[in-house]
Amino acid sequence: MYEYDGSVDRARPEIVVFPSNSSEVSQIVKLAVKHDVPIVGRGAGTGLSGGALARGGGIMIAFGRMNRILEIDLENRRAVVQPGVVNFDLTRAVEHAGLYFAPDPSSQKSCTIGGNVSENSGGPHTLAYGVTTNHVTGLELVLPDGQIKRIGGKLSEAAGYDLCGLLVGSEGTLALVTEITARLSRKPEAVKTLLAIFETVDDATETVTEMTARAITPAACEMMDGWTLCAVEDYVHAGFPRDCGAILLIEVEGLVEAVASQSAGVVEVCKAHGAREVRTAKDDKERELLWKGRKTAFGALGRLAPSNYVLDAVIPRSKLPQALRQVLKIGEECGLKIGNIFHAGDGNLHPLVLFDPRDRSQFEKAVRASEEIVRYCVEIGGALTGEHGVGMEKSELMTLMFCDADFALMRRVHQQFNPTGLLNPGKVFPIGKGCGETRIRTSPMHSPVSA
Amino acid sequence: MSSALTSSVAARFESVVGNAFVRTDPEALAAYAVDGALPAVVVQPENAEQAAEIVKISVEERLSLIACGARTSLGIGMPPSRYDVAIDMTRVRGIAHYDAGDLTISVNAGTPLAELANILAGEKQFLPLAVPFSERATVGGAIASGLDSPLRHFYGTARDFMIGAEFVDGTGALAKSGGRVVKNVTGYDFHKLLNGSLGSLALITRANFRTFPLQPSRRGFLASFADETGALGFAKQIADSPLTPTVLEVLSPEFAELFLEEKSPVASLRLDVEAWTVCVGFEGSAEVCERYRRDLSRLARTASARDAIAVHDSQFLALLEILREAPAAMSRVAKQGLVLRFVALPGRLPDVVRALRSFATSSWMSSAILIRSAAIVYLALLASDGDESAIKQAAYFWKSVGSLRGQLEFSASILFCPSEWKSDLDVWAYADGAIDLGQRVKKAFDPNDTFARGRFVGGV
Repeated sequence: MYEYDGSVDRARPEIVVFPSNSSEVSQIVKLAVKHDVPIVGRGAGTGLSGGALARGGGIMIAFGRMNRILEIDLENRRAVVQPGVVNFDLTRAVEHAGLYFAPDPSSQKSCTIGGNVSENSGGPHTLAYGVTTNHVTGLELVLPDGQIKRIGGKLSEAAGYDLCGLLVGSEGTLALVTEITARLSRKPEAVKTLLAIFETVDDATETVTEMTARAITPAACEMMDGWTLCAVEDYVHAGFPRDCGAILLIEVEGLVEAVASQSAGVVEVCKAHGAREVRTAKDDKERELLWKGRKTAFGALGRLAPSNYVLDAVIPRSKLPQALRQVLKIGEECGLKIGNIFHAGDGNLHPLVLFDPRDRSQFEKAVRASEEIVRYCVEIGGALTGEHGVGMEKSELMTLMFCDADFALMRRVHQQFNPTGLLNPGKVFPIGKGCGETRIRTSPMHSPVSA
Repeated sequence: MSSALTSSVAARFESVVGNAFVRTDPEALAAYAVDGALPAVVVQPENAEQAAEIVKISVEERLSLIACGARTSLGIGMPPSRYDVAIDMTRVRGIAHYDAGDLTISVNAGTPLAELANILAGEKQFLPLAVPFSERATVGGAIASGLDSPLRHFYGTARDFMIGAEFVDGTGALAKSGGRVVKNVTGYDFHKLLNGSLGSLALITRANFRTFPLQPSRRGFLASFADETGALGFAKQIADSPLTPTVLEVLSPEFAELFLEEKSPVASLRLDVEAWTVCVGFEGSAEVCERYRRDLSRLARTASARDAIAVHDSQFLALLEILREAPAAMSRVAKQGLVLRFVALPGRLPDVVRALRSFATSSWMSSAILIRSAAIVYLALLASDGDESAIKQAAYFWKSVGSLRGQLEFSASILFCPSEWKSDLDVWAYADGAIDLGQRVKKAFDPNDTFARGRFVGGV
């Protein structure tokens, strides 16, 4: 099972180790370096870019046993956790005090906070509250030479350079994170969840564009196309329509008075763009059901084809309508069905390409379609990844966004932290652009498997 | 730098930017002094490409370079251990991209914040980078200095809304990180490292930001309390309530006396000369603002406020300007004193503030305090006019701060002080991050130690 994650890639480690504390992690790292063996850290393996796959073989350090919440400091709104703590477990541990951990990836009931830190994960509500980096104030690290270091802490600012800002989202290529100090947020007083139903995808995307332009800032704004909805409804029975072009799932939060005026603004824009209906969840039960539909949508689509390829790319929000039309066109040209379930409010697309991995040509078409979509997103001013990370999935596409000088600087930073290149080799950097150390370091006995 | 070398370097710079934009006359050099140190040459590139050429030449000639914007905050940090070239970025200005409908903007580093604010206001938007010296400060300078804003309580600091940057690294190469979209995890987040780096890593040429809509109404509420415990207790009650104000500042009586003075446009807001004042800012629709006023009045009564007052839009904006400029204003009144900045845990703020006031008293110096967002303490330590022992008193105070470190978790730095005092005072003495890791970052960005030599934490 450790040769998979949520992506379409596979790579088998030679050994999986389950340390219980930082000191053990340090000892494993020292041993690996002594024997020139690659090391990759892993949380729950829910990542979607191959970030936690052992591309170079070697030792996988699985943080499943380092799953303790070490401290909850309600007064200062901080929690100190080990990397294997499941994202939602932290929220559960503090919700009695009206607090929660804001990053909420769809996999939040199984993904770990260590994994979130590594990939700088987002989620639907990061539209209002930011991604993981905005909610981490301190880290304990094990460097590739086995040294244990602390950066930041509970204070809202650390002295010196913003090293947490560098390390969060560095995809395990600079250090292994063995402890996290997380910021806790206060739950809002009121929440309203609206389901806006549209006849066409264009109507829905134009609604999002206008909401942004009119400075309406919901806490979450998610879109699902009509075809996807049917599959989700079959799976979850959340009350989604089966005969529409697209829906927007919009959440507004805050003071009761702010929620009232924001939701009125949302309804007005939806209606102006031809929404057939704007439904408000009448209670927490209905709200949770709608969100269950959104968060399990990828799983629901998994019932329609043997495999799927979840993409992650970002575009300027004003270009949503044209981008969705292009995704549809690319799918038609490749003869593959592509579902769209994504964070519309921040322009973070997640086209989901369905294919049968037993048919090599379908797999190749899926990869080609995915690359075309990502290239298009970058062309119109977007970025390769909004929350899943570069990993091994997009490492070769990094040249679309970065030039030689950018890579040279990335490489020098990488060299300073991970001089042997043994830590998570073959990630982030395109193979051709890496220096010797940042190319894939493989274990002598290793033979990578890839689907 | 020898005069022969200066001439040859100046000639090389002139070949890049033209004669008019390379200065070596004493008057020009004096205007770029950093803690009393003068550069040998001042150069003003027009664009990022020229700036990169200047850095390349500086690297080849093994020179040390300091980037300047409006030169409002060059006093932050230690004196440079070497200073050859001042690179003035104020000609690298203007908006590169502004997609108002997308709430993102890309702006050249030398653009004044005030000019940027006007452009954004035209689209009913703003950037919550309300830092001191806002009338003159440039975008690049504001990022490099790391100064914060009263709006950080809701909007955070530049690290939270800066979505990308372009810069010249220490090899003279033009590089970038991030992008122009609001959510992006592609590559290393180098732009975060540039915040507060005092230009010691790279020369910022452009910054990309997420912008924010101006709300229909921006108002405030002030309440006064007998002591810091009452004021901080009120701030804690607000933090525990459903309210999410944009501004939450606590002012000591001395601060109010100095800055909410009779001639100021907010003189009528001065509640009580003996009292600690809590300033709360909030924004939204009329209904939302009314809710804030109602809840804050109730919380103030519960917290035994001596007095309380609601502040309407125009007055609030005037108050916000005073709070925004507070560190700069503190530096002006503390000409023969210190302005210090502490980062503390909200739960330990009363202990930190009491200890600092006690140290100030023991040092025979008066103090004025502003507590920002229940986390940052700005303290002006004021000497009497002509007091020749002020440096000794300040050193005693700074040493006392060190003695507190074992008991309370905080970091501290001296933000402003007379240049000549820095030979006795290490401004970064209690700002100990992971210095060795910081040095690794410096080595990667600036392998030849070209930028701002010796000015940053850990002697970087």
